[in-house]
Amino acid sequence: MTDASMTRAERRRARRIRRFDNPWLNPKLFWGIGLLLGIVVLGILGRVFWDPELVFVGSGIPKLPPPGFENLRGQAGTFTNPLGTEGSGRDMLALIIIGAPNSLFVGLLASLIGMSIGIFLGFTSGFVGGRTDDVIRVLSDVMITIPPLLILVVFQSAFGDVSLTMMALLIAGFVWQSPTRLIRAQVLSMKQSGYVQMARLSGASTWHIMFKEMLPNLVPYLFGSFIANVTTSIVTAVGLEVLGLGPQRIPTLGRTIYEAINAGALIQNLWWWWGIPTLLLAVMFIGLLLINLGLDEVSNPRLRKLKL
Amino acid sequence: MRTIPTSYLLNRLLTLFLTVFIAATLIWIIPRLSPVDPAEIMLGRMAAGAGAVADSEAILAQLRANFGLDDPLFIQYLKYLCNTVTFNFGLSTATFPTPVSALIANALPWTLGLMILSLIVTFIIGNLLGALMVWEESPKLVKVAIPAAMVFTSIPPILSGLLLMWIFAANLRWFPLTGAYGLTVEPGWTWEFAISVLHHGFLPALSIVIVTFGFWALGMRGLMITVQGEDYVTLAKAKGLKPRYILYKYMIRNAILPQITAFALKVGLLIAGQVLVERIFAYNGMGKLLYDAILDQDFPVIQGVSFVIILMTALSVFIVDLIYPFIDPRIRHEAST
Repeated sequence: MTDASMTRAERRRARRIRRFDNPWLNPKLFWGIGLLLGIVVLGILGRVFWDPELVFVGSGIPKLPPPGFENLRGQAGTFTNPLGTEGSGRDMLALIIIGAPNSLFVGLLASLIGMSIGIFLGFTSGFVGGRTDDVIRVLSDVMITIPPLLILVVFQSAFGDVSLTMMALLIAGFVWQSPTRLIRAQVLSMKQSGYVQMARLSGASTWHIMFKEMLPNLVPYLFGSFIANVTTSIVTAVGLEVLGLGPQRIPTLGRTIYEAINAGALIQNLWWWWGIPTLLLAVMFIGLLLINLGLDEVSNPRLRKLKL
Repeated sequence: MRTIPTSYLLNRLLTLFLTVFIAATLIWIIPRLSPVDPAEIMLGRMAAGAGAVADSEAILAQLRANFGLDDPLFIQYLKYLCNTVTFNFGLSTATFPTPVSALIANALPWTLGLMILSLIVTFIIGNLLGALMVWEESPKLVKVAIPAAMVFTSIPPILSGLLLMWIFAANLRWFPLTGAYGLTVEPGWTWEFAISVLHHGFLPALSIVIVTFGFWALGMRGLMITVQGEDYVTLAKAKGLKPRYILYKYMIRNAILPQITAFALKVGLLIAGQVLVERIFAYNGMGKLLYDAILDQDFPVIQGVSFVIILMTALSVFIVDLIYPFIDPRIRHEAST
């Protein structure tokens, strides 16, 4: 059917189908990225419109609820601290403005480093083969079994305070395995495929084949693996913080939860103290999950037919 | 009875051995790189307890000798490896002189119990829901409700644990807030104790279940989509078999097996998540032991607990790898894998 013979409504529908046929434009991906951007925007706008100095201990009355609620001592919340204050008088809003982007930063940085190591090792393993491949394969098999949390607990309890970047670097040492395995498997199967053979026959360099021929095909998988690693990294970081490790001098969501549990915030019904960081972390994880589901649809067209 | 090729078995054994070896080595090296001296911590604890310690230099030297810190590093390392193999992690410094292995032996049954229970429940619920999501005959409500519930499965179990604790323990007071059994109950094989254990274990188990079933459900969904298009399912429908019969005997049976290998990839995260759940519920397992040890800077306990948990993880992966070919006859091990 030619374009001219279609009615206007038909043409519009065809355009819409074509637009939605682009797998990168699916609503899950959109919402997931939106939620994460929301947290970044909170961090940026918060620093502009709210006073980050309020994260210091004693900048307000301790254990003050959000406006409209009363705490056990009968104090009502005020708009000086719109999300209440925690046990030592820090403003909750300022705390999450500083803390939430920190958690995201650790996750992204750790995953980015892990990903780079993974791409390098995966390609090396798949292309070079032989002894190198054996070593890399066994090493990634071994390291994928070791839970990062426990080694990091040993590390941090021996060394004490760490910075955010240091924590991200440490976590990165445990998230390179799955991208390595993924890329190795894909490279091995692609090496046999027609277009790579073709490129090789036409005299393309290994470098060209790796980055121009293979890498573009790996993009959806790489993104999926990257997002999964961001989740793992944030879970590990929050886990360390809830155990009382991790950065001691920078506000993080996990550390706020740790302090809330230790102060008995659950019994005293100080829900805003542990609840707000919990909610933000939940938003972060749901955002990451949605992105991952969206990416699944990109890389696995069979899923697109089904609604989740 | 099918047999496993020796090369495959050797390969898996090598991976298991290397995992445990690398983990043990990391656990040993890391504290050696740190400037903190365990003997001084010990002395500090004595000083804090007694007010002052006379002759501290002599005590420090004695403690270092006891900890074996005078030996050359290589000898220390060999001794450590020998001790670790025999589960001798030394003495706890916080509750001196309790052996670390005794503390772990007390905590391990609680952790294993909670883990196995929540794992079985999650596996059943998750796979069933995942299958229902794809099944054509399932009610509309199921297809809408499950995906909505699934969103929460991206959340780590500490967060769900906090929420459940607040609702059911702190506010409604249906369940106790912390601990693994009541303070007034004597541990033993009595009904009273069993009920108390179940009552205390319900919330920790639930907080793990509600955030992990989605992992299985998602995996099952993917597998079911593949199975759904298979010819044997079409044939079964054409034969006029009951849809429910097809679901259980044809679809789930074929889709569920690869799910077991998914466990091997997930087990590390599951255990780490449970450690944190135990910490917030002050449940008498490895998580609480680890947390208390971190607070007390009790290095032997931290090392021992970390090692045992990593060993548990590596062993579960090993076992899954070995039993899988027996469960799923479609899998044949290549000699080279």
